[in-house]
Amino acid sequence: MTTNDWPLWEVFVRSRRGLSHTHAGSLHAPDAELALRNARDLYTRRGEGVSIWVVPSAAITASSPDEKDPFFEPAADKPYRHPTFYEIPEGVKHL
Amino acid sequence: MTASTSETATAAALALGDDALVLSHRLGEWAGHAPVLEEEVALANIALDLLGQARILLSMAGDEDELAYLREERAFRNLQLVEQPNGDFAHTIARQLYFSTYQRLLYTQLAEGTGPFAPLAAKAVKEVEYHQDHAEQWTLRLGDGTDLSHERMRRATEALWRFTGEMFQPVEGVDVDREGMRAAWLESVGDVLRRATLALPEGPASGAWRAGAGRQGLHTESFGRMLAEMQHLHRSHPGATW
Amino acid sequence: MATAAPHHTARAQADGQDEAAHAAAYEAVFDAAVAADERIEPRDWMPDAYRSTLVRQIAQHAHSEIIGMQPEANWITRAPSLRRKAILMAKVQDEAGHGLYLYSAAETLGTGRDELLDKLHTGRQKYSSIFNYPTLTWADVGAIGWLVDGAAITNQVPLCRCSYGPYARAMVRICKEESFHQRQGYELLLALSRGTPEQHEMAQDAVNRWWWPSLMMFGPPDDESSHSAQSMAWKIKRHSNDELRQRFVDICVPQAESLGLTLPDPDLVWNEERGHHDFGAIDWTEFREVLKGNGPCNEQRITQRRRAHDEGAWVREAAAAYAEKQATRAEPPAGHTDQQSNGTGSPQGDEPAGTADEHAEARA
Repeated sequence: MTTNDWPLWEVFVRSRRGLSHTHAGSLHAPDAELALRNARDLYTRRGEGVSIWVVPSAAITASSPDEKDPFFEPAADKPYRHPTFYEIPEGVKHL
Repeated sequence: MTASTSETATAAALALGDDALVLSHRLGEWAGHAPVLEEEVALANIALDLLGQARILLSMAGDEDELAYLREERAFRNLQLVEQPNGDFAHTIARQLYFSTYQRLLYTQLAEGTGPFAPLAAKAVKEVEYHQDHAEQWTLRLGDGTDLSHERMRRATEALWRFTGEMFQPVEGVDVDREGMRAAWLESVGDVLRRATLALPEGPASGAWRAGAGRQGLHTESFGRMLAEMQHLHRSHPGATW
Repeated sequence: MATAAPHHTARAQADGQDEAAHAAAYEAVFDAAVAADERIEPRDWMPDAYRSTLVRQIAQHAHSEIIGMQPEANWITRAPSLRRKAILMAKVQDEAGHGLYLYSAAETLGTGRDELLDKLHTGRQKYSSIFNYPTLTWADVGAIGWLVDGAAITNQVPLCRCSYGPYARAMVRICKEESFHQRQGYELLLALSRGTPEQHEMAQDAVNRWWWPSLMMFGPPDDESSHSAQSMAWKIKRHSNDELRQRFVDICVPQAESLGLTLPDPDLVWNEERGHHDFGAIDWTEFREVLKGNGPCNEQRITQRRRAHDEGAWVREAAAAYAEKQATRAEPPAGHTDQQSNGTGSPQGDEPAGTADEHAEARA
């Protein structure tokens, strides 16, 4: 029963041309093709990337425990995902 | 002359817009029920793309909300294919494969033209290419996965086959080469199905009812219930803004 | 990161030596890192209790995102305008995404998602009790966005600085996305509040029902909270339950005023001396009962989750079977194994292996 979960993949996203790929997180997928597609749907919903790599987590040999924080620029494609899309009356705070 | 031209364009926008609206709604029904969490995200992405297309198209024909929420069932012009209930995941994927392949061919042609749909089609064709890819990937996995998934995928492709012919009926105001599209569609879908160890179904691709189908406002029984659910709240508060 | 080297040195030296003697040394490095506000990363040594507490906390958070899709998805098919429908779909989708980020974070601690989901499905791990309340009207979607997501954000923003790196990073991402959720809820309620009398009433009714359960989201009062002290010391919890609850109340009062809606608490009053709002007593009996499984939707939520998982098993199995077949088919011509020896050693390196890059670019 617990064996049908798909293997884990690490996802690397290039946020824009000129920058290298950065680790964005991981996900489950049965194979590389779906891993790539799942990564696109999960990690670039707000236009955070122009290119994606996926690597089976099991294939990574790590030399050091540190990882870098990913940072992604928001995209303008679906503005309602962003807080500035909503009109809030003046004087309302902490929203 | 101009009036009838614009009426034709309106009717065409409704047909294309209703396709996108209704399929988006059906895909939205998967939320919280998808077979794996990653597919929750994928199906919602496709539904959102389609809803975006629907909003543009319906706005070309009038007020998007009035059109979506205040028309009766007989006034909807969508294909019967897109209103078919989700069924199991194989049925949803078969519906996606059939429709997204058609929509890609349609938008590709429209994008190359100079008609009113060219700008939308140029943007949407990129979205739809992804939808088709998603459907193809899953058709391969279900068709060539386990015995059970193969059987379910086969059943789904056959069950929905009779709704595919309607896609190639001419729609006034949508100026495309339907026969060319049908040939390309058969080739593309046939190729995916073959690679999925399946075959193109053999039954009739259209219903026998002479009155027509979705484009004539004739729908299948489940569609009325879908609309009842979709429209209920909006209709309960006439004139309200949300 | 400055602490990376000492960790490794400590571990390397300890290999094969007396573990008990070195546990203290590990712990000292760990404590120093936490005290210095450094992040603990997956391969660092950490106390077993830290690991298990984190797994439990992150898993509960992930489960809450996944179960939390249900009450809102309940309204996707009935959203009263296409704009609202798109917003709601995107929001519910985000929740699936947040669940996935969090399961990923939990998995870095060595517990697989399968195991976590299994614990959710069998009731051995919890999700936030708030999702055991029903969404009865459209306004509930707004109340969830404003109050439930608002409470969640109040809880979560401090976790962006929590001591465990992957969790903190997931929270950064989530908080950024959550602020859209809260604002859409507020905007939705504002439209109702300023709409027809029926709409206004719908909004007020929703706020009446969601206000108290939202306050319960911060957990039991500090003097009854069992895990708080240790979690604060570990910096996987950065403020006390009561502190965050107070912060939330203070934020909500003026927001409710601008909405033109009333918070259902006759004892809610500004206390000049404290510089905070006083508020009425929370019904902790209800909280404990819902937690125990006696809420209005406990059974329904877990049943739907389990059904989706069970009914999806054949799909997951099919994809796994296909992947296996493809791997077998690909085996005979084995032509590019040379790349494995140097390609994966530094996944964050600047220069990717050529074929991986081409492949990725082709798909992107």
